[in-house]
Amino acid sequence: MHNRFLFLVLLLLMPLAHADQAVIKKDDPVLEKRVMDLSAHLRCLVCQNQTIADSNAELAVDLKNQVREKLQQGQSEQEILDYMVKRYGEFVLFSPLVKSTTWLLWFGPLLLLVVGIGVLFVILRQRRKMMQQAPALSTDDHARAASLLSGKRGGEQS
Amino acid sequence: MNRFLLPLGAFIVLVIFLWIGLTLNPREVPSPLINKIAPTFRLPQLHDAAKTIGPEDLRGKVWLLNVWASWCVTCRQEHPLLVELERQKLVPIYGLNYKDNRDDGLALLKNSGDPYTLSAYDREGNVGIDWGVYGVPETFVIDKSGLIRHKFIGALTPELIQNKLIPLVKELNGA
Repeated sequence: MHNRFLFLVLLLLMPLAHADQAVIKKDDPVLEKRVMDLSAHLRCLVCQNQTIADSNAELAVDLKNQVREKLQQGQSEQEILDYMVKRYGEFVLFSPLVKSTTWLLWFGPLLLLVVGIGVLFVILRQRRKMMQQAPALSTDDHARAASLLSGKRGGEQS
Repeated sequence: MNRFLLPLGAFIVLVIFLWIGLTLNPREVPSPLINKIAPTFRLPQLHDAAKTIGPEDLRGKVWLLNVWASWCVTCRQEHPLLVELERQKLVPIYGLNYKDNRDDGLALLKNSGDPYTLSAYDREGNVGIDWGVYGVPETFVIDKSGLIRHKFIGALTPELIQNKLIPLVKELNGA
């Protein structure tokens, strides 16, 4: 019983362990919006599938503070992105740059679509050709088909 | 027969790619700072806040910059290896005490040994960001001309030190 109580208390205290993570100074809403807009383009390297705008990991908060500081110093968005790329590499950009090494990444899906449509087209044409090449039905065949369809089994074993 | 060959081939290629993917470590993001001049800083020393330290002071020698903190569990695991490496006197190790509490950092060095010739004290972590640090511990190898030649992300291991770090340091010292 005692243990269970202790467990409950610890469970309730759990959020406090993370309470120091999201300390962000916000005073200027216009600046804050620019910080968040730019942060949405930067990858959090600790939690790689999140942007630093979405993440409250300590590094992400630090990077957001850096972005804010640099904006306050009057640096442009592009200058800040360049700075981050110089420090952390292009991987820090959440959407990869379009350049020769990333063409496959960007246009691969389109390429697959084109190939898929091509394959579909070829198969459909082959099928149509096969239909055309199939021998035409004789009058006997027609008679047999008609009798089969009408339910009489006359033509079956003639 | 032929109609199975193509899908089978595609499947095998896919398996090979996925297999290679399993052996890669997505956490290790190659640093763009390799073979670039180490970003400059001027920070107070951990032991003596009145004195400062910066990469310029170390021009002309090969040195390591180990980013560490007392709150970082992996750094504590790595610590004995650094102490051991320091004993070999192959290369001076400088510390960057990253986002740490000065007293906590000093206490750790006092209790577990101090492998660092000097430690810089980066309270806010700004120098860390400047160096592209994203997961402590990280260890940079800087050559005589002040270029970063290698970056170890995460804790060093005895294998890494023996097979990679020491040969690199020897090579840089020889050149």
